[in-house]
Amino acid sequence: MRKPLTFTIMMAGIALVLGCFATFHSSSAVPAPAAPSTLTGAGASFPYPIYSKWFSDYNKLHSDIEINYQSIGSGGGIKQLLSGTVDFGASDAPMTDEQLGQAKTKILHFPTVLGAVVPSYNITGVPQELNFTPEVLVGIYLGRITKWNDPEIAKSNKGVNLPAEDIVVIHRSEASGTSYVWTDYLSKVSREWESKVGRSTSVKWPVGLGGKGNEGVTGLVKQQPGAIGYVELLYAIQNQIPYGKVRNSAGEFVKADLASVTAAASAFSKSMPEDFRISITNAPGKAAYPICSFTYLLVPTKIADAGKKQIIKNFLTWMLNDGQKDAEPLSYARLPKEVVAKELNQISQIQ
Amino acid sequence: MADIPVPAGRAAAKRRRPTVIQGLRNGDTFAHVFTLLCAASILLVTAALVYQLYANSTLPLHKFGWRFLFESTWDPVNGDFGALPFIYGTLVTSALALLIAVPMGVGAAIFLSELAPPRISNGMTFIIELLAAVPSVIYGLLGIFILVPFLRQYGEPFLKRTLGFLPLFQGPAYGVGMLAAGLVLAIMVVPFIISVSRDVLMAVPVEQREAALALGATKWESTWQVVVPFARIGIMASIFLSLARALGETMAVTMVIGGTPAISASVFAPGYSIAAVIADQFAEATGNLYIHTLIELGLVLFALTIVINGLARLFIISTTEKGSAH
Repeated sequence: MRKPLTFTIMMAGIALVLGCFATFHSSSAVPAPAAPSTLTGAGASFPYPIYSKWFSDYNKLHSDIEINYQSIGSGGGIKQLLSGTVDFGASDAPMTDEQLGQAKTKILHFPTVLGAVVPSYNITGVPQELNFTPEVLVGIYLGRITKWNDPEIAKSNKGVNLPAEDIVVIHRSEASGTSYVWTDYLSKVSREWESKVGRSTSVKWPVGLGGKGNEGVTGLVKQQPGAIGYVELLYAIQNQIPYGKVRNSAGEFVKADLASVTAAASAFSKSMPEDFRISITNAPGKAAYPICSFTYLLVPTKIADAGKKQIIKNFLTWMLNDGQKDAEPLSYARLPKEVVAKELNQISQIQ
Repeated sequence: MADIPVPAGRAAAKRRRPTVIQGLRNGDTFAHVFTLLCAASILLVTAALVYQLYANSTLPLHKFGWRFLFESTWDPVNGDFGALPFIYGTLVTSALALLIAVPMGVGAAIFLSELAPPRISNGMTFIIELLAAVPSVIYGLLGIFILVPFLRQYGEPFLKRTLGFLPLFQGPAYGVGMLAAGLVLAIMVVPFIISVSRDVLMAVPVEQREAALALGATKWESTWQVVVPFARIGIMASIFLSLARALGETMAVTMVIGGTPAISASVFAPGYSIAAVIADQFAEATGNLYIHTLIELGLVLFALTIVINGLARLFIISTTEKGSAH
């Protein structure tokens, strides 16, 4: 190039002209279609399968409404809601008072479905169901019980030939709502656990390997002889790993299934607080499974955009009435009727 | 040929120097400024990155100070954090990776440049360089589904039986752990070492080899004692490049290291690395102290890589004799 300056100016000019051409062409040739109203939400990964079904079904019913949901985890959902980057959040654990204090407006909790956390295991030569007492689970996760043929485990499993295999404890490596439910239950049944470790989405595990996600824990349990890990019921069923019964507060050994989980929620429906922030682990009642939780949609009370406000209210009404029937085919338990009634009342609080 | 008289003097020199417009026209000034901007922008981005890391770490910096680097707890519930297990895990997995990858990589490079017939050498190099482009998640999956079960069933019990008296090879064989992470990292960095080392070895002048052979050296002696030392700098550069990759490698390590913030003498034990803990826990971390501590860990990793790369550079400078060709 003899004269680079001239060349550069020429190229810039051509680019400018082409750019103008493109914008004019596109805006005049094709009229822009009516933009669908979009809502964005983010949060828990545990209910993602049913949320994505609900949002796509809702879009089929109302084709001008698109609800986008990113499953980035409960903590991420709360963070994004507090910073205002999403319209609603989702979390397995209810928000703490400290988190609610950071919000600009009041945040409402809407329980959507119920989930259960089960102790799954892989013991050589033992394919059948085991019974776990709360003391055994605490002992295993504190590192006190280290072999499968420990007398405490054998006590509740007469007739099962437990091998002298080392127990390999598996927990979650990252922060998760599932860990919150598990540690919440252990804290309720053991003072020692509550003071030594506590309840949170991410704790200082005394023993064990960390797997990433429910999938990671499932994978490790499947591969490692002697492993025990806590996973959501859905994952244990789909991956066909054996999971045990847990003794509830009424003394019955209950297996996690849709009926026992709904029973746990019903046990609390009379004492349900106004804001639905409740822990339903260790529920009273003979049929209740002790390690369950609600999962929540987090919606601000004051929504500036009137269109979005109406969409959220309509969606919540639809979800509580029609959406609930999608829960059981996906192995989530539906909400008890009393809880649904209370939530329908709460919708009116969204201004 | 008559001499063309060249006017001398300051005024004449000024007339000879190109004006700004002339400079723009013939591209010199423009090139100067443009490339300066490119270089400066990289420095600016790095400075901005460090500033952001530092600015977001003030909370844990005030709370923990320097003891953050020497503490081992990781307690999100009570807000007590220490970086030592992660620093340990990062360094150990990278060291393991290099221990395995360097002999393998340099050996392969020597084979491909000196001993293999050209067709085989070119073909294999092509495939190896393709391997360098495989995303790290794939290596992670390879680790989980193939390496970890293999280690759990055969690899680690074998090491236990033969070398179990060393504290390095004691403890239960989980499969996941430091050894698995180190192996996966080794597999990831070997292509880099091979391809760069091979290039450097092939660039050694043929006269060097001929001179050694003429003096009566065997092929191996000429390779090992003349050619490889000549290419030493390039080989070391490839090793440091792969060390840099190993220190920062995230996904593959996260999937096989076992997610346990603990320090153990055994390579069978599960551990954690800085990149792995950030990848695992950042998305769900709640609470300012927790989040900012993870950011401070990022700052620690950054400092770690700067220190190690700086030491590497110094090492290269000190071992380069003055007046040598490179």
